[in-house]
Amino acid sequence: MTPFTQHRGVALPLLRDNIDTDAIIPSREMRTVSRSGLAAGLFAPWRYLDPDARTPNPEFALNQPEYSGASILLAGDNFGCGSSREHAVWALMESGFRAVIAPSFATIFCNNALRNGLLTAALTQHDLDVLVDWVSADPAAHTVQLDLEACTIESDPEKEKKVFSIDPTARDMLLKGLDEIGLTEQSIDLVTRFEEQDQARRPWVYIASD
Amino acid sequence: MTTTLFDKLWQEHEVTRLSERQSLLYIDRIFLHERTGSVALNGLLEKQRSVRRREHAFCTMDHIVDTLPGRGDDTLMPSGRDFIIATRHAAHETGIQLFDIADADQGIVHVISPELGIALPGLSLICPDSHTCTLGGLGALAWGVGSTEAEHALATSTLRVTRPETMRVSFAGLLSEGVSAKDLILFTIRELSASGGAGYAIEFAGPAIDALPVEARLTLCNMTTELSAFTGLIAPDQKVLDYCAGRRYAPQGELWDQAAQHWQSLRSDEGAAFDEEHRFDIGSLKPQLSWGTSPQHCVDWDAAIPHANDAPDASASAAWQRAQDYMGVTGGSQLSDYALDAAFIGSCTNSRLSDLQLAADYLARTGHKVAKGVKALCVPGSGQVKRAAEAEGLDDIFRSAGFEWREPGCSMCFFAGGESFGKGVRVASTTNRNFEGRQGLGVRTHIASPLTVVASACAGHLVADTTV
Repeated sequence: MTPFTQHRGVALPLLRDNIDTDAIIPSREMRTVSRSGLAAGLFAPWRYLDPDARTPNPEFALNQPEYSGASILLAGDNFGCGSSREHAVWALMESGFRAVIAPSFATIFCNNALRNGLLTAALTQHDLDVLVDWVSADPAAHTVQLDLEACTIESDPEKEKKVFSIDPTARDMLLKGLDEIGLTEQSIDLVTRFEEQDQARRPWVYIASD
Repeated sequence: MTTTLFDKLWQEHEVTRLSERQSLLYIDRIFLHERTGSVALNGLLEKQRSVRRREHAFCTMDHIVDTLPGRGDDTLMPSGRDFIIATRHAAHETGIQLFDIADADQGIVHVISPELGIALPGLSLICPDSHTCTLGGLGALAWGVGSTEAEHALATSTLRVTRPETMRVSFAGLLSEGVSAKDLILFTIRELSASGGAGYAIEFAGPAIDALPVEARLTLCNMTTELSAFTGLIAPDQKVLDYCAGRRYAPQGELWDQAAQHWQSLRSDEGAAFDEEHRFDIGSLKPQLSWGTSPQHCVDWDAAIPHANDAPDASASAAWQRAQDYMGVTGGSQLSDYALDAAFIGSCTNSRLSDLQLAADYLARTGHKVAKGVKALCVPGSGQVKRAAEAEGLDDIFRSAGFEWREPGCSMCFFAGGESFGKGVRVASTTNRNFEGRQGLGVRTHIASPLTVVASACAGHLVADTTV
């Protein structure tokens, strides 16, 4: 996983609460057994007037030139609720997004994001509103700087940096770009020892292997 | 020291503490399906990793497989066949048990895992599917994960999990006749909001829960994810033990006795402290119907749809208006004002035998038929459910009332590019999500209980059965 330390980019506001993973990437857009090939399906129901013909909806920010190359998404409360599909994270990343800033995130989405190096930064509604106002005034010029070490968001140079929140373990993992499976495999002896003791405690859990 | 049920389960599975809030938890069972499981298995194979305990990992075909009679590997979903073939190949390569399309035990993952005794009280179970919390209804510690976490669990029999806080939702009173677990959970989501459970493991308790049959508990816990909660839980009781006894993968003989004794200790101690508590008196609860595009957009079936400008704040007001525009409903009107185009009975929420019995009983009792012009489907959750229903003649009741009777699977709970209801179609559905486009582009989904869906299908408009 690519580590996340700092990032500056164009921020794109999509200020709806409860944006679900069906909206981020509809099931019908998950066409191959793979983690890629998903970018064109990102926000398909909103981004296209006709998703089949891929006719762009000019009203949707993702299709507007001032947001071209956007890499930071500004969203409403409970972002990523619904289905556990990790494709939502893969579709965002394949489209160039490195971070989502929202008042809160759905747990499974947050866990998936973390494991792919996508930063989920939680910001108070008030700070988010201020950020959105500033960005919207001139999206291409008003870029946003994220610093994960300090947990800060730098935007309007005339204002103080905003502090975002993130689970400390998640922050650590993102900063180091850790591969969790590799990490756990290093302590697999602990798992074996746990099983030995657990088999005495809960023998019914262990199905005989054939 | 008093302890909550969740804390007991957490402790039982804690291999080691990784940080103040994160632990390495032992995963007793892993269940996969062809939609997201195939990606997890492929990821594992690509990195030349193996399944650490293949006897604890299972896979089914439910999401993409067609539910039309005579189905095979070909599906109406474009490229659906690739997912089926890839899953079968990966399951064989890794040596895990697959409930393939023609298997007598094939079905929706959260229907077959309790049915086969793969999910049991006190066991930790994960699946790359958000509705895995269903199994909390048995007292299992079960939650949904992404494909990468599923891969982690397959490779190491563990997951690195951030500990959620605990919440108890207690229900005083008993559900009235004709009001079901589905209505209870829709009401709870309406009260606590779609993000009201975020960061919590929720234990459901109280007389209304004690009185619920096991399958109804599965329905209730199924939709805990719609509160954005980590999971839902109900303490296992004698009903759960009776339900689990003799199932294919349940312990037998002396092991069963040991397990059953242990499971009876799995309950929150008297006076155990929860981080948050909610209490609802549900003695007069009415059947619930959704009017919008989030499960929190629900009302009593006979109440008026709220006006968007009555929403608590500007952002909610905009969301309500957007939802009402999408759904083609207006604030102040009643759901019974709207004609129905389709009805769907099925999904991991409501496709178990007791759900089908309730709906079939309505048809048999009233003699009503599906209204003209309404497309109605009944999709049993598993091969076992289907056979049991057919043995009771429920399939005949559904068919002669005008319902299609399908093969087991997730079917039209979501739209994957294959079968759909069609743009603008209004559906009464026993499923769990009424998101924009969930059941197809422009499809308008009203979620409700099986009884409300069958009554609506026959009335030709949204209505609850008040004759029971």
